[in-house]
Amino acid sequence: MNGATNVWVVAKRELKSYFATPVAYVFLVVFLLLAGFMTQFLGSFYERNQADLLAFFTWHTWMYLFLVPAISMRLWSEERRNGTIELLMTLPITEGQAVLGKYFAAWLFAGFALALTFPVWITVSYLGDPDQGAILTGYLGSFLMAGAFLALGSMISACTKNQVIAFVVTATVCFFFVLADLPFVANAIDAYLPDFVGELVRGIGFMTHFDGLQRGVVELSSVLFFGSLIGFALYVNTLLVSHLKAS
Amino acid sequence: MIEIRNLVKRFGPFTAVDGVDLDVERGEVLGFLGPNGAGKTTTMRMVTGFLAPTSGTARVCGVDVGEDRIAAQRTIGYLPEGAPAWPDMTPAELLDFAAQARGLARSERRAAIGRAVERVQLGGVLHKAIENLSKGFKRRVGLAQAILHDPEVLIMDEPTDGLDPNQKFEVRKLIREMSPGKAIVLSTHILEEVEAVCTRATVMARGKLVADGTPAELRAKDPRHGAVRVRVGVGADLDAEAFAALDAVARVERDGDAFVCLAAGATSPAAAVTELVRARGAELVELTPLEGRMDDVFRALTLGAANAEEIARERVEGAQPEAEEVTL
Repeated sequence: MNGATNVWVVAKRELKSYFATPVAYVFLVVFLLLAGFMTQFLGSFYERNQADLLAFFTWHTWMYLFLVPAISMRLWSEERRNGTIELLMTLPITEGQAVLGKYFAAWLFAGFALALTFPVWITVSYLGDPDQGAILTGYLGSFLMAGAFLALGSMISACTKNQVIAFVVTATVCFFFVLADLPFVANAIDAYLPDFVGELVRGIGFMTHFDGLQRGVVELSSVLFFGSLIGFALYVNTLLVSHLKAS
Repeated sequence: MIEIRNLVKRFGPFTAVDGVDLDVERGEVLGFLGPNGAGKTTTMRMVTGFLAPTSGTARVCGVDVGEDRIAAQRTIGYLPEGAPAWPDMTPAELLDFAAQARGLARSERRAAIGRAVERVQLGGVLHKAIENLSKGFKRRVGLAQAILHDPEVLIMDEPTDGLDPNQKFEVRKLIREMSPGKAIVLSTHILEEVEAVCTRATVMARGKLVADGTPAELRAKDPRHGAVRVRVGVGADLDAEAFAALDAVARVERDGDAFVCLAAGATSPAAAVTELVRARGAELVELTPLEGRMDDVFRALTLGAANAEEIARERVEGAQPEAEEVTL
């Protein structure tokens, strides 16, 4: 019996519970409809006349902003509300294994939703000759960003028994990360605050990191950024679970 | 099997568990009694590793729960208060998950689940969502989960709470059947349950253990234990003082038109009382030996000395049925 097995056991249970209720299906349908809608109408996928998926990926940030908290909000707050956290944490499973298991289940699910957008890739490949590498990195970037949102959401979900609070706070926190490197925010910070603050805030912005990946540039710093953000959030998540589980 | 040493848990300024020492041996079924908020659940949560103690230690099967929670939890089966379960899962799925989390291999898993399901008679609802099950079945799912790996230590927080009398009977039978070879701890505030299944009872109040003994010993703490209730014919020349003057009688209380003669020692005052009534030529209408009432002992222990008098007074004023309620 090792840790990885436990993580997988927890993840499997979590994934099953998505599909045992309408949650998974509603999410998938809404996600796919929105992705299609935004790509075609807001992103002007056809009018742009470009064989790439920029019109598709650009909108992921904004979709994730309210769809990812919808997945993550229940991760821990529901366990605490139902009292099932007592069942989970009195089985021989560590807090870390439980946090990872639940997180991977949510991330896999988000990845599954993302994979179901494959028709847009088929479309662009049929209509033109896109840079497949850029599409791959775009998907990688989108997946990493979803993972970062989810990790933040999972951490915040552990703080409260109330899913609505978990949703709103997660969406707000994620919104800050998205806003951080938008020009108007950056300009405002540069105008009033010392330079290093601007650098710092820009550094944690999701947009720059995601932009590079969308264009086919896999910058190590971007991957590290998302990876360390996920690691940090899950570490805090584990601490929160061990301290708040019984309250 | 369970060794608890000076266990303390504080929540901010509130002390929920205040220095508990307790040992439970193999073969014992320990009833953990106490009013709501006495610290029973908190104690159990610390023993099962769900809650870290503020100070003190709990060892289960020789493993310090604070040092190696996981190793301790492998040996424990635990039914949390209210038997929480994921509402969208079926009992079969939940038990399979618990078995996997306990590291059972596929074949063992099937056998273990089959055994547990049979024991708690869960067969008919195995593939229904738990949220649609009745309270009794939900509790059985929790029980099946707790006994799945045939644990050496079984801890149950209010296993029969909210069940109907038939279900209570089944659960108690189950506990009795499993008790050889295991150390079982169950909390309850149903006193008859303690008499029905427990070999030992402890009473907890305000975070402390206030009594520990067999259910019979506990009942003997009632001053009325061993007393007799006497009623004599109308016009008899007998009053409370006359009975109180007997050596075998410690004190006399009025109970309507009857006298309750409390035993002075271990022997029943019945013989002396009968003799006195005969000697005075009075008619003996009633002579009922009384047993200690578990709930009176419970109230006296958990409410403290100040209320003990109130209980005694209440008893004198309102006649109460003398016999212990029928136990299952």
